Amino acid sequence: MSVVDAYVTARARGLVACTRCTRVWPIGETRCPRCGSILISRRTRSLQRVWAWLIVGIICYVPANLYPMLRTQTLFTSSESTIVGGAIEIAHYGSYGIAAIILAASVLIPVGKFISIAYLALSMRRTVRLSSHARHKLYEIVEFIGRWSMIDVFVVAILSSLVQLSSVASIQPGPAAITFALSVIFTMLAALSFDPRMIWDDPKDNNP
Amino acid sequence: MIDSARSDASVSELIACPQCDALYNAVLPDMGQRATCGRCHTVLIAPRRGAFLRVIAFSITIVILMTGATFFPFLSVRVAGLKNASSVFDATLAFVDGPMIALSVAVTAVIVLIPVLRAMLVIYVLTPLVLDRRPLPGARKAFRWSETMKPWSMAEIFVIGVAVALVKISDLARVDYGPAFWMFAALVIVITVQDGYMDRWSIWKALDNPRQPDPSRSGDSAA
Repeated sequence: MSVVDAYVTARARGLVACTRCTRVWPIGETRCPRCGSILISRRTRSLQRVWAWLIVGIICYVPANLYPMLRTQTLFTSSESTIVGGAIEIAHYGSYGIAAIILAASVLIPVGKFISIAYLALSMRRTVRLSSHARHKLYEIVEFIGRWSMIDVFVVAILSSLVQLSSVASIQPGPAAITFALSVIFTMLAALSFDPRMIWDDPKDNNP
Repeated sequence: MIDSARSDASVSELIACPQCDALYNAVLPDMGQRATCGRCHTVLIAPRRGAFLRVIAFSITIVILMTGATFFPFLSVRVAGLKNASSVFDATLAFVDGPMIALSVAVTAVIVLIPVLRAMLVIYVLTPLVLDRRPLPGARKAFRWSETMKPWSMAEIFVIGVAVALVKISDLARVDYGPAFWMFAALVIVITVQDGYMDRWSIWKALDNPRQPDPSRSGDSAA
C-alpha cells in the first residue's frame, strides 16, 4: 500500500471519501455512485447529534440503577434486585468472577463510555492533551465495547423465560431492564453518530 | 498521479481510510496479507483465497444453525420435581407482557433476526459473483444494509449472558443444557470466522466491475 503523500487526507486533495466502501470521489458528489451511501467530507454537525444521544443515554441510566432489574419469587420469599444489588448478591455466593463481569458490563463500561464520548466530543473543538492516536484508540475501544453492556438485559431475558415454575420459583423482569436497554442503545447511537475523521483534523478547522 | 487525482480514471484507484481519511493508492496485497492504514491501523484490504465461496458457506451455516438454535430447547431448569425448558424464542418473548413488549422486539432483533438477515443478504450479494454472473438487482443496497446492521448483531453477547444467567440460578435450581445451547455456541464461532473472511474492499470492487469477479480467486491480479 503506497502512501500518496505523508498522510494526505482525501479532503486536502479536494476529494470526498465514502466511509462505507472506501471509494473516493470529487468533492461535489453527494451520494456514492458505487454503494449509494451519503457522502460528506466531515460530519461537523453530527456533534449535536452525539450530544443529544449521549444526554438521553445518561438520563435513562439513572432509573436503570434505581429500579429493580429482576423480581424473584420463591415459595416463601419475594425479592427485588437492582443491577449493583444483584452483583453484590452473586459475590456473596462466592462467584467473584461473574460479579466482576456484571459490574464491568453494567457500571464500569456505561460510565466509562459516557465520559469517553463527552471527552471526544469536547476535544473536536479545542486543543487537548491526548494525541490524535490516543483519542482514536479511545474511540475504537468505545465503539467495540459499548455493545457488551447488553449482557445484563440478556441475562434478565434468559432468567425470566427459564425460571417459570408456577409458585415454587419465578423470575420477572423489572422496569430497570427497559431503561438500561435504552441507555445502551442511545449511547451506541451516540458513538455511531461520531465522525472519527474529525479526530485527525486540526481542531480549528472543525469550528463551524 | 497526484496532479491527475481529479480525473475519474485515477480516482478509482485511490482508497481513503474510513476512520481517518488518509488517502492511499489501492494495491491488492498478497493473499492472506492485510493492508492497513499507516496512521490509524484500520484494516483496509484483506484478501483471502476463495474468500467469497467460504463466506457464502459460512452464511448458509449461520442461517441453518440459527433456525435450530432458536426453536430447540436451550436450557432447562428443575426445582423440586418441577421442570421448565426454554428456547431462545421463549427468552426473546420474556418481556412480552405490557410495556416490556418493545424490549422483546429489540432482543429478538439483535440476537436472532439481524444475524440471520445479515447472513441472507451476504448470500444474495455474493452468490452471483462466485458464479461469474452480474450482481442481482439491489445487491449494492443489500450489502450496504448488511454492513450498517453490523454493530446491532449481538449473538455473541447473548452467549456470555447465558453464562452469567447459569451462575445466577445455579443455587436456585438444577440446570440442564439443551441441543440449542451447543448450536448457539457453534453459531458464535461461525459468525466470527465468517466475518474474518469478509474483505469489504474486494466485495465492493467486485460489485463495481462484475466482469472481473472475486479477486480472491485469480490470486496474483493486482487491483
